[in-house]
Amino acid sequence: MKIWIKSGTVVDPVKGTSKKSDVIIERGKVAEILPPGVFKGERGKFREIDASGKLIVPGLVDMHTHLREPGYEYKETVATGGMAGVAGGFTALACMPNTMPPNDCRSVTEFILEQAKRADRCRIYPVAAITVGQKGERLTEFGDLKEAGAVALSDDGWPVTSSELMRRALEYAHYHGMAIISHSEDRSLSEGGAMHEGSVSTRIGLPGIPAASEEIMVYRDICLARLTGCPVHIAHVSTAGSVELIRRAKEEGLSVTAETAPHYFSMDHRAVVGYDTRTKVNPPLRTPEDVEAIKAGLAEGVIDAIATDHAPHSSLEKDLEFERAAFGMIGLETALPLTLELVRGKTLSLPDAIKKLTWNPASILGVPGGSLTIGSVADLAIIDPECEYVLREEDIQSKSKNSPFIGKALKGRNDLTIVGGRIVWERKT
Amino acid sequence: MKKFEHKDLLGMSQLSVADIELILDTAESLKEISSRDIKKVPTLRGKSIVNFFYEPSTRTRTSFEMAAKRLSADTVSLSASTSSMVKGETLIDTARNLQAMNPDIIIIRHSASGAPHLLAQHVEASIINAGDGINEHPTQALLDLFTIREKRGRIEGLKIAIIGDISHSRVARSNIIGFNKMGAEVTVSGPPTMMPVGIGELGVEVVNNPAEAVKGKDVVMMLRIQLERQSQVLFPGLREYATYFGLTEDLLKTAKKDALVMHPGPINRGVEIASSVADGPRSVILDQVANGVAVRMAVLYLLIGGTKA
Repeated sequence: MKIWIKSGTVVDPVKGTSKKSDVIIERGKVAEILPPGVFKGERGKFREIDASGKLIVPGLVDMHTHLREPGYEYKETVATGGMAGVAGGFTALACMPNTMPPNDCRSVTEFILEQAKRADRCRIYPVAAITVGQKGERLTEFGDLKEAGAVALSDDGWPVTSSELMRRALEYAHYHGMAIISHSEDRSLSEGGAMHEGSVSTRIGLPGIPAASEEIMVYRDICLARLTGCPVHIAHVSTAGSVELIRRAKEEGLSVTAETAPHYFSMDHRAVVGYDTRTKVNPPLRTPEDVEAIKAGLAEGVIDAIATDHAPHSSLEKDLEFERAAFGMIGLETALPLTLELVRGKTLSLPDAIKKLTWNPASILGVPGGSLTIGSVADLAIIDPECEYVLREEDIQSKSKNSPFIGKALKGRNDLTIVGGRIVWERKT
Repeated sequence: MKKFEHKDLLGMSQLSVADIELILDTAESLKEISSRDIKKVPTLRGKSIVNFFYEPSTRTRTSFEMAAKRLSADTVSLSASTSSMVKGETLIDTARNLQAMNPDIIIIRHSASGAPHLLAQHVEASIINAGDGINEHPTQALLDLFTIREKRGRIEGLKIAIIGDISHSRVARSNIIGFNKMGAEVTVSGPPTMMPVGIGELGVEVVNNPAEAVKGKDVVMMLRIQLERQSQVLFPGLREYATYFGLTEDLLKTAKKDALVMHPGPINRGVEIASSVADGPRSVILDQVANGVAVRMAVLYLLIGGTKA
């Protein structure tokens, strides 16, 4: 079925424009982008979608998702995570390797891709482990993993503690053209911590994770990028100090890229008061000053991408004492409204905000997508930027419901998602 | 009569000055019961109280149990090793099971901060926090306030030093909040490795050198040094700790002449406090323990006896 999207505002993150247009989709591709009223299609031959007042954007690309399959299917699967993704406007998800077993070999990568084919919802790009078993001891077979379909490498959840091993990983991954995504954390400083170390942790008596535990490893990774001349991507940046280190690295001309997650610019450590385990995340929610620095880093282009770090956990991991609860919150279905908040708050222009959710992460991963031009694959989302609602648990598509934004008022929502020219999600009104 | 309007006692942070005064006044009137020949009144007859201790405790647990029994409540004690926790049951499930037996109060001590708060969300019984992680130990702070008020006649305007491992001390946290609310001036001191970030924001003066902290104080409260923390690189050893951060007779001389020496116990003799100081004339350490029973009787009574009568 051909699709005719009428009178929406097409956001082109690459050109930095937003223009009122009709979009015609044929044979899985964007056939035309025209000013409204120009296209005269034959009635009945098109699925017509009225997009007036809405945004038409390239499908969002999440470069940092946890789909939990294989091994933790009770938290999320490729199918349920994919559904959560398309509900949130994502058409591609890069899934982290901390599954059980971890994605450290061809068979696991192929299994994930097989499950993605079965689910047939959105594009899934497996991120494989840097080290066997994510143990930080020896490298996985990068070449074989790439052939199997892995797009990048990360020991996410665990830092690569050995600087020597990280150096060799950067060098070897560069040879294979794969991005290394670094989970930058000095565990000797963060071990036992449950939230950001600061005035709030002192007040409510929770063991702290200092900002330095992140910054030390960010700096190490920058030094290794300088030493090797190879690119490194810093995952989930949460502190002002990390932003400053990455800013200087970029000024120096090093190939360092970075992402942050929506919760790091939407919430701060005061949200933990009351011991709500849904606010427990690693790195932890930081101070209001850090939140401002993250926003500034996004505005100045120091932080290239917004990734969800979607981390589904069931009540088994979350209905516990705060210190015993698992780290992580889901994010696929809230990333869009939280990012649009940055546009409303004048931190980012609309095309820039969309770019950080599309073109930039796709470029860092080296995967297609992230733009909306004639001839490109029709992966796109239609967003209602003005829709105001209170997030309800029953509306969440993810198998897990561990979001501190449940019950909060949000603005902006994905209405319809198209992957490869096929409508894979349509919000029932 | 003034009313205590709380379902639970989770921390000093939830109490108003009026609440604290009500608890102390009630404790004062109940204290006398413990010195009678027959140490029992029927006030809480027919009420059941669960003492749920996930962490070892001698003083607090016995004190609560004694307090409950003197008010004629029925008590049951559970410890981590005898509860289903060793079978892997979650705190919430254990709590729901206890709730099914319909107790009036669950007193909980737990190694995780916020555990009593979690419990309070899942059960109807009143929850009393008997110490949660490094967060709060409200009844300890109340008995300390009671002891000071009893000995000095007031709390307002007194200068109080709290010395030791402030980072990992729920006693320090609760006392800082309580003393501040009641108008005392609090100074904290101890090794910088044990001083939490941003402690000054709680309204205390931070002085690293105990010699300066003790000077001119009305009350000197020493905290227990947890021996297992040595392995955590927080300090080199007990000998060094005693030398630089222990309360000796000489150091105590710099405090006010009638200064009170307090300690929540159990004490490490010769480490944070010299034996001669702990047993000396200024020490009110055992008064604290005695008053603990009265204060806990007051809390039990105010939570389930006073309002439902």
